[in-house]
Amino acid sequence: MADSRVPSGSALIEVRGLTKIYKVGVETIHALRGLDLTIGRNEMVAIMGSSGSGKSTLMNMLGCLDRPTAGSYLLNGRDVSRMGARELAQVRNEEIGFVFQSFELLPRQTALENVELPLVYATGGWRGRRARALAALDRVGLAQRVHHRPNQLSGGQRQRVAIARAILNKPSILLADEPTGNLDSATTTEILALFRQLHSEGQTVVIVTHEDEVAAHCQRVVRLRDGRVLSDLPVAQDAAGRHLPGASAFAAMKGGEAC
Amino acid sequence: MLNPLFWLQAISLAFSQIWANKSRAFLTALGIIVGVASTTAVIAALTGLRGKVLSEFESVGASKFFVFPNRPDNAPRNMYPWEKIRVTPEEVNAIRDECTLVKAVTPITEVGLTVEAGDRMIEGITISGIWPDWHVVQNRFVQEGRPFTQIDEDGERQVCLVNADAITELNLPLNPVGEAIIIGGRRFAIVGVVETTQARFFGMNTSSAEIFIPFSVAAKLQDRNFFMRVEGMFTSPEAAEEGQDEVRFVMRRARGIEPGGVETFQVAAIDRFIEQFKALATGITAIAGGIVGISLLVGGIGIMNIMLVSVSERTREIGLRKAVGATPMAILLQFLLEAVTLCLVGGFIGIAVGRLAAFGLTKIPGAQLEQADIPFWAVALSFAFSAATGVIFGMFPAIKASRLDPIEALRHE
Repeated sequence: MADSRVPSGSALIEVRGLTKIYKVGVETIHALRGLDLTIGRNEMVAIMGSSGSGKSTLMNMLGCLDRPTAGSYLLNGRDVSRMGARELAQVRNEEIGFVFQSFELLPRQTALENVELPLVYATGGWRGRRARALAALDRVGLAQRVHHRPNQLSGGQRQRVAIARAILNKPSILLADEPTGNLDSATTTEILALFRQLHSEGQTVVIVTHEDEVAAHCQRVVRLRDGRVLSDLPVAQDAAGRHLPGASAFAAMKGGEAC
Repeated sequence: MLNPLFWLQAISLAFSQIWANKSRAFLTALGIIVGVASTTAVIAALTGLRGKVLSEFESVGASKFFVFPNRPDNAPRNMYPWEKIRVTPEEVNAIRDECTLVKAVTPITEVGLTVEAGDRMIEGITISGIWPDWHVVQNRFVQEGRPFTQIDEDGERQVCLVNADAITELNLPLNPVGEAIIIGGRRFAIVGVVETTQARFFGMNTSSAEIFIPFSVAAKLQDRNFFMRVEGMFTSPEAAEEGQDEVRFVMRRARGIEPGGVETFQVAAIDRFIEQFKALATGITAIAGGIVGISLLVGGIGIMNIMLVSVSERTREIGLRKAVGATPMAILLQFLLEAVTLCLVGGFIGIAVGRLAAFGLTKIPGAQLEQADIPFWAVALSFAFSAATGVIFGMFPAIKASRLDPIEALRHE
């Protein structure tokens, strides 16, 4: 199910036959069943699916937080699916920028200190950290709030701090997990606009979401079901498909989403 | 490969964690505080006692020695009668003349006599017969007049030295040099006033009214086999061991004791007592060290408990740190550093409290602990033990934190 639109040579993410099996007690859960996915540089992709579709597991794999049971994952041409905990930590530090639904800021640290956090674990180049953190905060439009603590910031501002932290090390992927799940609609629009701005500046963005409104801001929508890719379409086709009556695949998908 | 920024933030984080949970941190570290404080106080008291006792030994003289008559163990009394084993003036002469490591030596004989001065008469004052070297041996010199000389000794001159208490008791003029007093019915001229040393040896006050006369004069006042003791001084404390052998050699020869023969005398130097006391003090210090070990064990369990709580409270934070690239080792070190910091802060407070207690000890009247002080090694050891407690008891929670699955941790409520 390789995406024909992306030449494999310039692929940033190349996932082949990705399988993840969990054992919970006596039960065996097949979270991913041989999933294939390719994402190119400077794409802005939404990953969608109902709960149990495997999107969280896929996000953990793409973010190098977890290792697959089987299959391969080439990130920037490197196979990260067989790396040890220490190497994965380094890959996360250098290649992945996480944005979480509940921001995950350290409450007793200022915005600036929160943004600096990845540099604490960087293997090199921690000099000039202040300037880099300030630049990142400036990019997300928070240059005036650098010494505020999270409890002195609004939800939208907190998420901006989290985004600044994520882009600090100029990661290959900005990986956002329901980034607007805790925000009101006006702030959601602002944050999505920020993602689009970063994308326009060359950043590869992957957003995991269950909201069509969020997916609509992306270029491409990947829908999952039962641990496999159900559909992988440009956003316009995806949106159109959802409103086409009689298209069986989409009808099934809609049914899935209603759950 | 942890960069300097990691260490900087880990240390500042450790302190800010303590600061944010002040009362909890204090209660946790209480075991360590109490343990370190009580032990440092005990060590301070011991150090004070040791300093006091050693300085009293010093005032007696570290290079001092004594020669006693000694009846061999289990020997029948009639085989070694007193006149055979008593130390004689001739033997003291031999020690003085032949022992190169002996700086000064004097026989001392004491006799209780009635003393008259003007209309005052006191019975049974202790009169000591001494050689001129006594001043050197006892480290007591004259404040007024002159000390004894060899001429006084050889000429059996009826001269005497008195101390301040004797002046008071006999109602003599403040400077009595040139006055005459009657000792045992004989007239003696006072030639000097000997200084009174406040040498309180284990509470015994050795100085009250004292009168000294030349040894040769005192010998004539007594029986043929009168009792005398011998006090001497080696050239240095280091010479004490070799000096004792020298004195024994001279004494054996003077008594004609064959090689392998039983000695009828004993030579003792003060350094042996000092060593015995030092061994005792070291023993007590070791016991105090054992007590600190137990209290740190108890304190350490508290530290482990609170670190487990901290790991559990901060599970999401650990998850986030892992997501942004913290290796298991970085997480482990951070929590270990936090436990160690907590223990070191506890140790620091403990030492401060211990110091205060040591200061209090010096102020207790009559306790003779004026020199109580915490030695540097005890401070260093307290910190080392506290840090070790942090490492040992912080290890399990830190390993637990480092092994957390980042996905699980981020999902933790």
